[in-house]
Amino acid sequence: MGLRRYLASKTGWYLGALVVAVVLNFLLPRLIPGNPVDVIVSGLGQGGLSSEAQRQIYEQFMKEFGLDQPMWNQFVTYITSIFQGNLGKSFAFYPTPVTDLIAQSLPFTLVLQIPAILLGWIIGNVLGAVAAYKGGAWDKSVFTTSLVFNSMPYYCLSIILLYVLAVMLGWFPPGGAYSLGNSPEWSMAFFTDALQYWWLPFISLLLINIGGQAVGMRSMAIYELGSDYVNYSRSLGIGDAKMTTYIFRNAMLPQITGLALSIGTMVGGALITELVFSYPGMGTLLFNAIAANDYPVVQAVTLIITVAVLVANYMVEVLYGFIDPRIRASKSGEK
Amino acid sequence: MTNISSNAVTAEAEGPLVPTDPTPGPKAKAKPAWMNLNFGPRLWVSLGIIVVIALLAFVGPLLYPYGPDEKVGSLYDAPSAAHWLGTENFGYDVVAVLMASTRNSLINGLLAGTLATVIGVGIGVVAGYIGGWLEELLMGITNIVLAIPSIVILILISMSLQSTDIPFFKGIVGLALVIGITSWPWTARAVRAQASSVSTREHIDVAKLSGARTPGILIRDVLPYLASYVVMAWVLQLASAILAESTLSMLGLGPSGTNSLGMQLHWALAFQSVATGAWWAFLPPTIVLTLISFGLLYLQSSLDEVFNPRLRRGKKKNLAAAAKRREEAARKLEEEMKAPAGVTEVIV
Repeated sequence: MGLRRYLASKTGWYLGALVVAVVLNFLLPRLIPGNPVDVIVSGLGQGGLSSEAQRQIYEQFMKEFGLDQPMWNQFVTYITSIFQGNLGKSFAFYPTPVTDLIAQSLPFTLVLQIPAILLGWIIGNVLGAVAAYKGGAWDKSVFTTSLVFNSMPYYCLSIILLYVLAVMLGWFPPGGAYSLGNSPEWSMAFFTDALQYWWLPFISLLLINIGGQAVGMRSMAIYELGSDYVNYSRSLGIGDAKMTTYIFRNAMLPQITGLALSIGTMVGGALITELVFSYPGMGTLLFNAIAANDYPVVQAVTLIITVAVLVANYMVEVLYGFIDPRIRASKSGEK
Repeated sequence: MTNISSNAVTAEAEGPLVPTDPTPGPKAKAKPAWMNLNFGPRLWVSLGIIVVIALLAFVGPLLYPYGPDEKVGSLYDAPSAAHWLGTENFGYDVVAVLMASTRNSLINGLLAGTLATVIGVGIGVVAGYIGGWLEELLMGITNIVLAIPSIVILILISMSLQSTDIPFFKGIVGLALVIGITSWPWTARAVRAQASSVSTREHIDVAKLSGARTPGILIRDVLPYLASYVVMAWVLQLASAILAESTLSMLGLGPSGTNSLGMQLHWALAFQSVATGAWWAFLPPTIVLTLISFGLLYLQSSLDEVFNPRLRRGKKKNLAAAAKRREEAARKLEEEMKAPAGVTEVIV
C-alpha cells in the first residue's frame, strides 16, 4: 500500500507541476504589452522597410501565429499542436519549423549532460563519503576543493578551462563541436573528430557536478557518523568495512532526492557552459533565439527543458520509492 | 581533584572544539553569550573575502581616477600603468567597470536574496505553525514551483521585461524582483519543517494559554528559534541571486545599459576576448564572481558548523590530546579504587 500511495502522490504532484509549467510557458511571453510580433516588426522597420510592407508582414505574422485570436483559442491551439509534435515556425529562420532546429541541437546537449550528471553524481558521492570517513587531511583537501568547484559558477570554470587548456596550452580545440568543413553524420570520422571537441565542456561540467555532490555527501555522512546506531554498532565491535556500507546506504538516500532537486540547476548551468564553448546545443540555440527575439524557439526550448527536468525528477523520485526501505516497509505497516 | 579532571573529560566528549576552560573563573562567566559561539577560522576567512569585495565595490570607485562610462582607449588595450587591467571592448577602463559591476551585482543579490528569504520564511513559518489545509495548500504551491526549473521562468519573465518601456523594471531592480519572487520555494520548504517542529514545543502552549495572538506567537516565539536557520538561508539566497543575475545577463537578458558582472562576461564573450587572449577582459569578472560565490557558500558552511555542533570536526591534535587525557583519568580512577583514600597525590 505504502509504495503505491507514494507513487500515486508523486505522479499527481508532477502532473500538476507539468500543467502549471505549460500554462506559464504559454502565458508569460504573452504578458508583455503589445506582442512578440510588434518587437520583430519594429526591428524590421529599423532595417529600412517601408511602413506598408511592415504592416503586411505584421498581419501575415499575426495570422500565421494565431495572435489575432482570443487568448483562450490560442491556448487550445497551443496545446493541440504540442500534442501533434508541432512547435511552430521560427521567426528568425522563417519558415523553418522549430522542431528541425531542436533536432539539430538536442543531441549535442544530451551527449554532454547525461554522462556529466551521472558520472559526477557517482564520483562525487564516493569522494564525499571517503572524505567524511577518513577525516583529517583527506577531508580537508577534498572538502575545500569540492567547495571551490561547487561554489564556482559553471561558466566561470568553463571560461578558465577554455582559456588555460585550449587557448594557452592548445591541448583542446577552442570551441565548437566539430571541425570546420565537417558536418554531423553517422560516421566514425565525424565521431572521433567530435570527441575532441566534447572533452573540454564535458570535463568542466563534470568537475562542478562532482564538487556539488561531494559537499552534500560529506555532510550527510558526517551526520550519520555521529548517530546512535553507529555508536551502538561500534560498541558491538562491528568492523569498519561493514559499518561503511551502513553509513553509505543511509547517507545515500537524501543524496538521491538531492539529485532530483539539483537537475534543474545543473541543466541551467550547462546551457551557459555550451555558450562559453560555442557548443551547438540547446543553450546556444536559446542564446541565439533570445538575441533575435525568436519567441517560438525560446518557448519551445524552455518547454523542452521544463519537461525534461520534470521527467528526470519524477524518475528519480520513483526510483527513491523503490530504494527507500521505509516506503516499502509501510506496506505491511499499520494501515 | 577527580572532580576537576572528570569535568575536562566531559567537556572533551561533547566536542573538542568547544572552547571550555577546565577551571571556569569569574572572567569566563562574564562573557556574553555570542562570544561562546565557536567562530572557527573558516568563518573569518569567508567574512574577509566578502568584506574585501564589498570594499572594492563601494569604496573603490571613490578612490579610482576613472569612471565606468569614461572612454579611455580602444578595443582591448593591454594593461598599463595608467589602466591596471587595460580596457574592455568599448574602450572603458576594466577596473572601473569591474567596480561598478560588482556594486550592481551585490545590490541585486541583496535585494533579490532578501526578498526571496522574506517570502520563503513567511510562507514556511505560516505553513509550519498553522498547519491543516493552509499548510497543504502552501506546500503544494511550493512543491510545484520547486519542480519547475527556475531558470526557465526567469528567462521567460525577463524576456518580457526587456520589451517593456518602464525603466524601473528594465534595470537592476526589476531583475532583482524577478529573481526574488522565483527563488523562495526551497527556503519555504526547509523553514516549514523547522517551524512545525518548534510549534509542538511547550513554550508555544504557554504563549497560547496566556492569550497571545497568532502573529505575536509567530514573531516572538517561533521565529527566534529559526534565527540561525534563516541567517544561513539568507546567505545562500544571496549567492544564488547573484549567480542567477549573471546567468541571465550572459544569455543576453541582463539589465540593458547597466553594468553587472554577468553583463561584463557577456560582452567579453561576445567580443571574442577568450579566443584572442585578452585575459584582462574576462578574467577579473570571473574571479570576482567566483570569490563572491565561494565566500558566501563558505560563510554558510562555517555558520552551519557554529550553529550545529554535530557537524564540527575536531582537529586530530585535539582528538589525540583528549584520548590521552581520558586514558590518564581512567588510570587515576583505577589507582584511586585500588589505593585507600588519602594516599594518592594526583598531579594534574
